[in-house]
Formats: sequence, structure tokens, C-alpha cells
Amino acid sequence: MPPAIERKPLTKKEVAADHPTWCPGCGDFSVLALYFKLIEKRKMWHEKITTIAGIGCSSRFPYFVQAHGVHFIHGRALPFATGISLSRPDLHVFVFGGDGDAFSIGGNHFNHAARKNVKLTYVVMDNWVYGLTKKQTSPTSPLGFKSKTDQWGAVDYPINPMKQAIAAGATFVARTTSSNPNHVLQTMEAAMDHDGFGFVECLSECVEFYEGAFDAANPRKGGVFREVPKDHDPADELAAYRLAGAEFPGYFGIFYRAGKPTKNAKEAGINQAAMDKVRGLKDWQILQKNFERMK
Amino acid sequence: MSDTIATASPNGAPKVSPITEAVIRIAGNSQDGIQAIGGFLARLAGRSAQEVMTFMTIPSTISGGPSIFQVRIGSGEVLSAGDEADVLLAFYQHSYEDHIGSLKKNGIVLFDSDHVQPRPEWQSAYHHVGVPISSLTVEAIGGTAKDKGKNIYALGLVARMFDLNVPRLEKLVAERFTGKDPSVVKNALAAFHAGYAYSLGNVLETFRFVDSASRGGQQVVMNGNEALGYGLIAAGVRFGAGYPITPWSDVMELLRRELPKYGGTFVQCEDEIAAISMALGASYAGRVAVTGSSGPGISLKMEALGWAVMAEMPLVIVDVQRGGPSTGMPTRVEQSDLNIACFGGHGDSPRVVLAPASVEDCFYTAIEAVNLARQYSVPVIILTDQGVATRIEAFLEPDLEKVCQDISPDFAPVPDHKPYDLSAPDGVTHHIPPGTRIESGKYPVVTGLEHDELGHPTGAPKLHLQMNAKRRKKLQALAVGLRTPKIYGPPEGNVLLVGWGSTQGPIREAVDRARAGGDSVSALHLRHLCPLPPGLENIFSGFNRVFVVEMNDEGLYGYGQLAAILRARYCDAKIQGLNKTDGLTWKVKEILDRVRAALAAGRGQR
Repeated sequence: MPPAIERKPLTKKEVAADHPTWCPGCGDFSVLALYFKLIEKRKMWHEKITTIAGIGCSSRFPYFVQAHGVHFIHGRALPFATGISLSRPDLHVFVFGGDGDAFSIGGNHFNHAARKNVKLTYVVMDNWVYGLTKKQTSPTSPLGFKSKTDQWGAVDYPINPMKQAIAAGATFVARTTSSNPNHVLQTMEAAMDHDGFGFVECLSECVEFYEGAFDAANPRKGGVFREVPKDHDPADELAAYRLAGAEFPGYFGIFYRAGKPTKNAKEAGINQAAMDKVRGLKDWQILQKNFERMK
Repeated sequence: MSDTIATASPNGAPKVSPITEAVIRIAGNSQDGIQAIGGFLARLAGRSAQEVMTFMTIPSTISGGPSIFQVRIGSGEVLSAGDEADVLLAFYQHSYEDHIGSLKKNGIVLFDSDHVQPRPEWQSAYHHVGVPISSLTVEAIGGTAKDKGKNIYALGLVARMFDLNVPRLEKLVAERFTGKDPSVVKNALAAFHAGYAYSLGNVLETFRFVDSASRGGQQVVMNGNEALGYGLIAAGVRFGAGYPITPWSDVMELLRRELPKYGGTFVQCEDEIAAISMALGASYAGRVAVTGSSGPGISLKMEALGWAVMAEMPLVIVDVQRGGPSTGMPTRVEQSDLNIACFGGHGDSPRVVLAPASVEDCFYTAIEAVNLARQYSVPVIILTDQGVATRIEAFLEPDLEKVCQDISPDFAPVPDHKPYDLSAPDGVTHHIPPGTRIESGKYPVVTGLEHDELGHPTGAPKLHLQMNAKRRKKLQALAVGLRTPKIYGPPEGNVLLVGWGSTQGPIREAVDRARAGGDSVSALHLRHLCPLPPGLENIFSGFNRVFVVEMNDEGLYGYGQLAAILRARYCDAKIQGLNKTDGLTWKVKEILDRVRAALAAGRGQR
């Protein structure tokens, strides 16, 4: 490996791969562009980034990034990424996906990756609708949303991603919207710098099947972009929960942040203690000790 | 077989008879520590260079319930846990009544006379020896112990009856309780000695095993789940993920306990799907990982298994089979997951399926699975079952220095990389792990979508054809390299018994017994089930009848799961199935009876 100082930050041209398959005007373009910017800004190298996704429009993400990437099965990107994170402390593990992937088919993985506090960055591009399969109700679709599976309007109460993340024990919980690029970049960067499970919900409009869903959060469309109040203490779980309960468009920024040891660190600690006891032995000699006891 | 046992000496005086083997069945309740007695006997046999095989049943209740442990010890080859017991050790009335039928005629029933009321009608058929085991144990180790320690007391009785090596047994008992309060060891040894000192006055005969020939090294004694877990470690696996389910849980508990010593990790996941996904993530990160389960959990893993086939990601998946479908019979044995192992999932998804034939083979199959997964970038399923997972065998200690392998990933930069290169010989390609710099600046995507050579999605008909062929061809190449399995017995004859997995022992013993009686019977055992090894058609052509002996149902069309695969593959109408699903391992006599019945019925006759 050549020393990092010889290398110039990667430009957009160097990290862009396939042209995205998203519809023109899709909010996901903005998230992708800001991911490129993050890679450039933080001088991350191709080989040290892994971009992991499940299934959905937004989960096409890895194909558009020139770096090691994985397009896994629907809803299971988090456990896959956990396998990488726990095996490879040298890598930046980024997981991208949508609301169906995160809160419906993969809902349980979200809870458990959060509570285990696995070191990775998870950006959910929430568009409140199933786009790839062409307009079915999503777990975040608001009541009354008319879709092909709820012709008369959605009847099931939607999930509140912020509340769920806090309740599940996520140690970094933030909210942003793709219509505010600077805020997306700043939020992803803070999530990446968090030592633990860094979760970002990014509102990302589906212009095809849910046009105007987030206008109320977009000043250019007559809405209001309201940041988390300056006096909010992100260490205060109850205050974070109250913020999460605000009427749409709610707040944007870091709702909750806790400094808890990661699963990565805990496992490393277990390993250190176990390895100290067999220090100096080769692997086969460690195994031999077990076999001696079975004679 | 053990014909020498229990032939009462004519003059009525106790004498010591030499024997070459014995089958001892211990029956009690699951909390009585009867597995411990069996374990001590098995371990002692291993240390005495004897062969040993055990069989146990445990209730699927949380605690309590009837349980047995059968141990067969031999100075010569031991192929199965034995059809009939020479000695039955019964702790309760139900143990006595339920298991006397498994005792051979004139066999010895040693019972706890505090709990068992012998039945007069059985007195003449079996030699009854009553010992007030419970009260004598209390007497030996003090009042509070009650039921604790009576297993060790009984071990003392057995040690006396079979003239077992007392210093070795004492050492085993002491080792077992190492780390506990010293009074525990003291009590255990007191119970053992009390049992040993008890005068077996009304036993007409005691026994001594003839010395067995040295096996050219020391033996280790363990069950199949342990052998499998340690085999994975020897193979270099350092990451695993799983979810608890009987009987797979033992493997994950072992890996969770052991892997940290090697810098590895085992994660208990929220569910079966997370487990296979996490293991795949670790494999992708550069070092083949393991997941596993039993029947129901394997069903849940199928979508991700399909991804592994499509993405060409190496992975080892352990399936410790049990009775199915659904929750089925969690603590009983069955071989009914062969179809899901070979064909489970959607789409055309070739994978590798291996089935170890014994406890020793569990160790080596784990290593082979890891190597095949790496060599062919493919998921490999290891099919064991409740029988081999929980039975104890002694086998020659592996040369660990030679066997253990380092499979650490290589992160050396490469000039260029195509993860799915279509020009690769036999379609065999390998991923490079993240962390590897690719000088061309073109990085791969590993994916479950049909893809081009760089891993980018395609719907092109030609590419789907080519990639399907690639995934197929590499396993065809693997098959060509497999060795044709050796036939047990002559290569030509009347009957060929075909088996797979844990049934190798009883099938071979059936062959031995049939041949001793003058019948023309041989056996073929398959360890590679997908793809099948070459040359089987030539083997089949040497026999008039081929019976596939399996622990699964005969199915809608009259053939078991392997039989159906073999019939489809070789179009040979003489291939017939011998099936059963009673949740118990095959007895030798059962196999022979079934073969005779099938022959009499003319099944598979041309």
C-alpha cells in the first residue's frame, strides 16, 4: 500500500460508476452526489470504502459508486454490513437503502444492528412509497396516502423512523432532507465520525410516485426547513424522543447521540482477553490444547 | 457380536470372562447424569485404544423426561451403537419396563432396587441384579446429595462388572469436575469407590475386555458437533453467525467459546436470515465464514443461499438435520433435508452438498467444505444429523500441525479485476476482498442481480445464459475431480446398499453380517451428494439390486430423497429405496430385515 500522502483526494469522476437508473428529479441523486463529496472531502480511498445495499430504488446505490460494493438481498443489508464491520476494522462501511428495506422487510435487523451498536453508517433514503415496484404503500406512508395497494388511502399507522431508532438503542440518530445538500453532507459526515451505529434518515422525494411529499420541508417550495433547536441536548433521550414526535415537517439535525462502547470494541475486548491466555501459541497449538482434554 | 457375554457359568461361581465388545444401555431421566456415565465409558475406551460408539435419546422437554445413553465398546472395529444391549442399567420402573426389550436374551439388567420392582415374568429371560443404588449413594456421600452422584455410583458398579481401568476412570472423573469445589470431586470419587466396592454377589460372571491392538497413535473422543466445530477452526474459519436451534446450537456455542482465542468472532443473531447474511458479509470481507442451523432455520436461509450462488460468494452452511417438516421432532434423527440442501431456493442455483459419514469425518468434512467453498467460490452445505451430532466416537488424533490451515485474505494490489470473468477456465473466478486496491480504478460490485463480468446489472439474454453456464460449469469441473467412492465388499454381486451421511456404520455392519451368512451384499457410501462423484453408474452395473438406505420418507413416488436423485441421474430402474422415519438410527437387523423383505417382494428386479 502506497503511503496515503502521495494520493490526491478522489474526484467525482473517479468515484462515479454507472449512470444512476433513477428517474430525473429523484432526491437520491443529491445523496449520491454528496456521498462523492464526502469521499473527496474526507480523503477516503476506493479500496477502503464498502458501499452496501439491499433492494429498492435507492439500494441501486452501489452500482453508481466506483468502490468495493455489494448489492445484497431485500432488507438484509445491515446484517451483511455487520459481518464486514466486525471482520474489518480498517474499512468504512456505508449502508444505503430505502424505507421498505429498512423498516418493513428489514425492520428487525434495524432494531438489532442499532442495539448492538455496530460500527457503520446507515443512510435511509425515505420517500414514503415503494418506487421500484411502482407505488405501493410503504411503512412510512402517511395515513390516507393513495397507492396501488391502498386505493382508498393508507390505513396503517406509519412508522416514525426517529422514534424507532431511539427506542431500539441507536447511538446516533439524525434526520436530513435531500433538498438541503449542505445539511445532507454535514449529517452524513457526523454519522461517519460517530463511533457506533450512525443512522441518518434522509427525506428523498420520489417525483414519480409521491411528488411533493416533502414540499413542506423545502423553502424553495414554500415550506420550512427547521433545524434541531440550538439548545437541544443530543444526549437527552427523552428530549430527542419529543423532537421526533413533532408534526411534519418536524426538525432536521442530530436528535440523539450516545457514547456507548460498540459491539466491535466489545468483541475486540473479549478476543484480547482470550488471546492473552494463549499468547505465544500457534493456532494449531491452541486447538491441540482442546484435543488433549478429549483424550 | 458380543456373544460371549451373559452365558452363565455352570458352577455358579463368579468368573472373569474375556470379551471383545459390550453394549451397555443406561436408562433413566435426563437430569440423572446418565450422559455423563456414558461419556466416561466412551472416553475410557478411547484412552484404552478401543473403538467406541454411542447412541442417546433426550426428551425435547426443557427439563426431565426419560432419556437413554447406549455405549458400545469394542476391542475390534465398532460400526454402530449396537442393536441389542448386553447390559441394561435401569434407574426407574419406566426405564426398566421400556428398555428391557432392547436387552438381548440372558442379558444382565442391573437396576436400582430402591425404585424398580422387577417383574416375575421377566426373571427367567434376563439375569436380574438389584442394587439399592439411591440409598447406597446417599450413604456413601452424605444425606443431602439425594439423587446427585448416583450416576457415578453406578459407574463404579459397571467398572467392577467389566473390570475397567480404575485409575484411568478416577482421572476422568476428577478431570470432569475440575474447577468446581474440591468437595465435588471428593464426593464423586467417594460415590465411585462405593459402587466399585459393592459386592456384585449375585452376578455370576464379570468381564474383561481383551486388549486391542494399538491404533498407531492416541485417540480423541468427542461427538459429531464437537468434531465439526473444531474442524471448522482447523480449516481457518474465524467468523460465524447463527441462531439457536436444536441440535445445531452445540456447534455455535463451541465456536462462540473458542473463536476468540484465535482472534475470531461468532455472533448470535436476531434470526436465521441475519445469521447467513452476516456470515456472507464476513466471507465477502475476505475469509470464508460459517453459518448453520437445523431444518426450520435452513428453510429461512434459502433466499440468501441463492444470493451466494449468484454472487459466487464462498460460505459454509451446516445443517444438523432433525425430524421434519416444520418443528417436527427436534431431538430425533432424520435425513430428510437432502432435497432442500441440493435444490432449495429459487432459480437455477448449483451448490455443493457434503455429508460426513462418522464423527471423525465431521472434522475432515469441515475442512473439505471450507476448501471447496474457497476453490470454487460457492456455498457448501454440510449435512450432518442429530445421530452423528450427539454420538460419541473415538478416533485417531489428527496431526493438527499439518491439518490446520491459514486462510487469511491477501490484500496485495491488483492491476485489474473482473469478479465474473467469463473467460476463466471452467468458469472458476475468485473475488478480491475490499481493502484491495485495483490499479485500473474499476471496482467490482458483488451482486444478486444477473450481471456482466464486472458485476453490473444486465437483462441481456446472452449474459444470463453465459452466467448460468459459468455457475454450472465450475461445479461440473469440481465433480470431475472427485474420487469415485470405494465399495465396501466385493465390487460385483447381488445386492448393493447405498447410504449417505451418518448411516455408514450400521450399513457396513449389515454387510458384514449378511456376508457372514453367505449373502452377496456390498455397500457404497456417498459423502459428496451435490455434485455426485463420477463412476457410480459403473458401480451400479455390477449388482442385480441397488437399495438406497435412508432415514426419510419414500415420498409420493416410492423412493427416498437420495434414491430419487440417483434414479433421475442414472435412469436405472433397479435403484430402490429402503426408508424409515421413526426418528431413530438404523439398527443392523432392521436393515437386513428390510433388504430380505424387498428381495422377497421382488423390488427392483429387472
